[in-house]
Amino acid sequence: MHNMPGMEMPAPKKVKRAETRKSTTAPAAPEKPEAAPAPAALPATVVPDHSTMDHGSMDHGSMDGMQMRDQEAVASQGDIAVSGTDQPAGSASPPPAPMDHFADRKFPAAEMAKAHAEMMQESGGQTFGAAILNIAEFQAHRGRDGYRWDGEAFYGGDINRLWVKSEGEGELRRGLDSGEVQLLYSRAIDPYFNLQVGVRQDIGPAPRRTYATIGFEGLAPGMFEVEGALFLSNKGDLIGRVEGYYDQRITQRLILQPRVEVNFSAQDIPENAIGSGISNVELGARLRYEFSRQFAPYIGVSYYRKLGDTARLARAAGEDIHATSFVAGVRFWF
Amino acid sequence: MKATVGRREILRGSALIGGSLALSSFFPTWARTVSSGITAPLPTVSGQDIDLTIARQSMMIDGKTFQAIGVNGTVPAPLIRLREGQRVRLRVNNRLDEDSSIHWHGLLVPPEHDGVPGVSFPGIRPGDSYLYEFDVKQNGTYWYHSHSGMQEQEGHYGPIVIDPAGPDPVQYDREHVIVLADHSPLSPAAIFRRLKVNPGHFNFQRQTLSGLLARRDQPLKERLDWGKMRMDPADVSDVTGSTYTFLVNGHGPQDNWTALFSPGERVRLRIINASAMTTFNVRIPGLTLQVVQADGQNVRPLDVDEFQIGVAETYDLVVRPADAAYTFVAEAVDRSGMARATLAPRPGMLAAVPELRKRPLATMKDMGMDMPGMEGMNMSGRGVDPSAEQNASSRLGGSANAATATSTNGKTPAGGMAEMGHSEMAGMDHGSMQEMGASSSAATGHSGHQMGSMKMRDFGNAPQVRRDPGVQTISPMPVDRMGDPGQGLEEVGHKVLVYKDLVSLERNPDVRAPSRSLDIHLTGNMERFMWSFDGQKMSAVHDPIPFTEGERVRINLINDTMMAHPIHIHGHFFELVTGHGDHSPRKHTVIVQPGGIATWDFTADAVGDWAFHCHLLYHMHAGMMRVVSVRPKGAAA
Repeated sequence: MHNMPGMEMPAPKKVKRAETRKSTTAPAAPEKPEAAPAPAALPATVVPDHSTMDHGSMDHGSMDGMQMRDQEAVASQGDIAVSGTDQPAGSASPPPAPMDHFADRKFPAAEMAKAHAEMMQESGGQTFGAAILNIAEFQAHRGRDGYRWDGEAFYGGDINRLWVKSEGEGELRRGLDSGEVQLLYSRAIDPYFNLQVGVRQDIGPAPRRTYATIGFEGLAPGMFEVEGALFLSNKGDLIGRVEGYYDQRITQRLILQPRVEVNFSAQDIPENAIGSGISNVELGARLRYEFSRQFAPYIGVSYYRKLGDTARLARAAGEDIHATSFVAGVRFWF
Repeated sequence: MKATVGRREILRGSALIGGSLALSSFFPTWARTVSSGITAPLPTVSGQDIDLTIARQSMMIDGKTFQAIGVNGTVPAPLIRLREGQRVRLRVNNRLDEDSSIHWHGLLVPPEHDGVPGVSFPGIRPGDSYLYEFDVKQNGTYWYHSHSGMQEQEGHYGPIVIDPAGPDPVQYDREHVIVLADHSPLSPAAIFRRLKVNPGHFNFQRQTLSGLLARRDQPLKERLDWGKMRMDPADVSDVTGSTYTFLVNGHGPQDNWTALFSPGERVRLRIINASAMTTFNVRIPGLTLQVVQADGQNVRPLDVDEFQIGVAETYDLVVRPADAAYTFVAEAVDRSGMARATLAPRPGMLAAVPELRKRPLATMKDMGMDMPGMEGMNMSGRGVDPSAEQNASSRLGGSANAATATSTNGKTPAGGMAEMGHSEMAGMDHGSMQEMGASSSAATGHSGHQMGSMKMRDFGNAPQVRRDPGVQTISPMPVDRMGDPGQGLEEVGHKVLVYKDLVSLERNPDVRAPSRSLDIHLTGNMERFMWSFDGQKMSAVHDPIPFTEGERVRINLINDTMMAHPIHIHGHFFELVTGHGDHSPRKHTVIVQPGGIATWDFTADAVGDWAFHCHLLYHMHAGMMRVVSVRPKGAAA
């Protein structure tokens, strides 16, 4: 399979190259002209326009067999010596791995051990950290202006990391409406997703609950960034959240980020004015300009709506159940 | 295409007058002046006793100051000129505040002088020195660089030229050494962290909505299919011209390093890719490049118009320039920028600089899903995204210039064929290939691999690969790509070197059949910037890959990633398995194309422990490395 000159001929993009250099590369090997499969050279010369070539009719399986026969034929001819890399490989067993480090014979073992440990660490064992604020914005909505943040920081290696997540919002000059901080252990469980477990502490006005949390975050097919988590409070209440966004590049630097967040609850939590079922939905669209990958101011719009029993509780309390905000902020990481 | 500096300056002058002279001070350096070229030769050291001192320094590139690590005060480090058969003692002094080292890339030296800290020796402490001492057993073009930390990225690299003991089979009147490199204002640690946080950080040539609306790059259906696979076909290079300036002998494209010659001479160019992360496509419009050596080993002379050079590879060329100036162009494979130099009979002469060509997109073949009829899915005919960004070097060229750049063979203008229409390929259905079953024609055997399925990540297709988050894909149907010219060079309209063209000038020293073969999978996850062999990072593997002294083994490098990897083994040369029998080309570094296989045979004749790694330095640092051990028979256990 590794030595299949015939294999490349059906490729349309190679036809032109083959025309110019067929004398040097098209035959399977100059040493075995009798056995060289004719199809290797023919299509290139006969079919000048690759757009008319019938790719579908080529069969890799039969080409493979052809190559095998070719090699056998050459080997059995006897009068033509097959030498060097044209020969097939045998099936000998590999030796066992040595137990020693060769350099220990020339250098002090302790020095080598230290250098070896550093080399191993520098070849995939490094740790990294970063803090990313996806949302850091001013929100303008009817009568009351507010602010909001949503970000995360991590430190660790490729697989195991410590994460801190935080989000919250408030009104200017009136303080925090709601906020939370999560401390999570994160483990990569597949090429795209991390499993995350830890604790969440609410930091807004009372009641300030503490939760055990388990969740995931990662990249879903279609390049959607998604995350979800369940939170079990110290009062036994179970709530959950799912969110996702997509970065639609309009140009290399102008990027539209539609975003959705859904919160739900397994039970009524009157102290927090939450009813069971889906409690609220937020839809947003933020248009940012990446002056650099690490600094991108944005503008956008955010729509928030309470649903179900949560909406009923809000209406009973004389509160709005939905709000539209115009937002302006900066997305950045450092 | 040949113009003197005088005429160009007049043209620029009139352009400025046409605008506003007052604005001239705001022009970036590239627009203000045209360098008349820097003709300074590389500082050279030679003899039996050579002193090299490693220290931090600054360097000027295109009029800007950069931090660097140099040797004897220069970047690149001085040219070390040796003669085959001599003994050399190289005292290396470390004036850094961290450990350092020098690895002699491609030189066959005793293991304790190979210069890999933790494998061959403990390294050189700050303020200390180390005496490398060995017999020079070979000739040709090689190079040297640090193997400690991330020092090579900052300039700690230099060329080695070894003159043959006897007559040189290559006839030439004059020679120039050309060291290609990439240099960033960011520290290597900062680049590595950015890649880990956001692997697309440096890519400003991605597909966008504006490109879709302008009918560039992939059509919508293919974008959706690739999105479903969570793969970015525009991910050609990890670190790009958005941060790199591409260098010739330490000089930027505006500096315009210039190699002088007398018309009619046979000029030998010794080209070394000492980059950290950049594969280059090299050409000299107007000149046929006669390849005479690869990785320091003579090959049968071969005429090409262009060739791709992977990180750590070297190629020697002979060119025969007339009484005119020529531009030496080394485009980054993702076309985000170029290194540029001039070949001229007199200082100050310039030639037109061809326009940077369009960046390529990965195809299904690059994902190891080579199917009949699939190879032609190249979207270059649709043009590149209109918002794609290239670095300052792109402004050196122009379409008018490019149109005049013809090859000596009288064939098509350089770059002209890149615009060939391939709309007939646009209707390819990728989606159906994603989960194609084993019953299709995919059931071809690959050197004993049973192709179980066409799934993107089926460990049944590579049982030896560890099931790990660091493995994003496994090529379901990798093919031998040694006859491919490299990404973006399939349709450039002129002769491009391929590995299969290379034939050793001399008979190979060991022509035995390999007694066994060994598959090594090149694995990675572009979303997490994780790179490994067989799904395991160097940091997780304590056992070396064992070989018995004198054993001849066939190595199949199977690329399960969508990126090309230049793979290098220390202490040995290998023979490419490309159908040339006992005249196989011998190399120390080979590019394994995306989704492809590269096969080589080698004789494990150097007892010791040796590094074996991807020479894209951030891939190596991410874990794409192993130690290879060679022990006398029976001594291993």
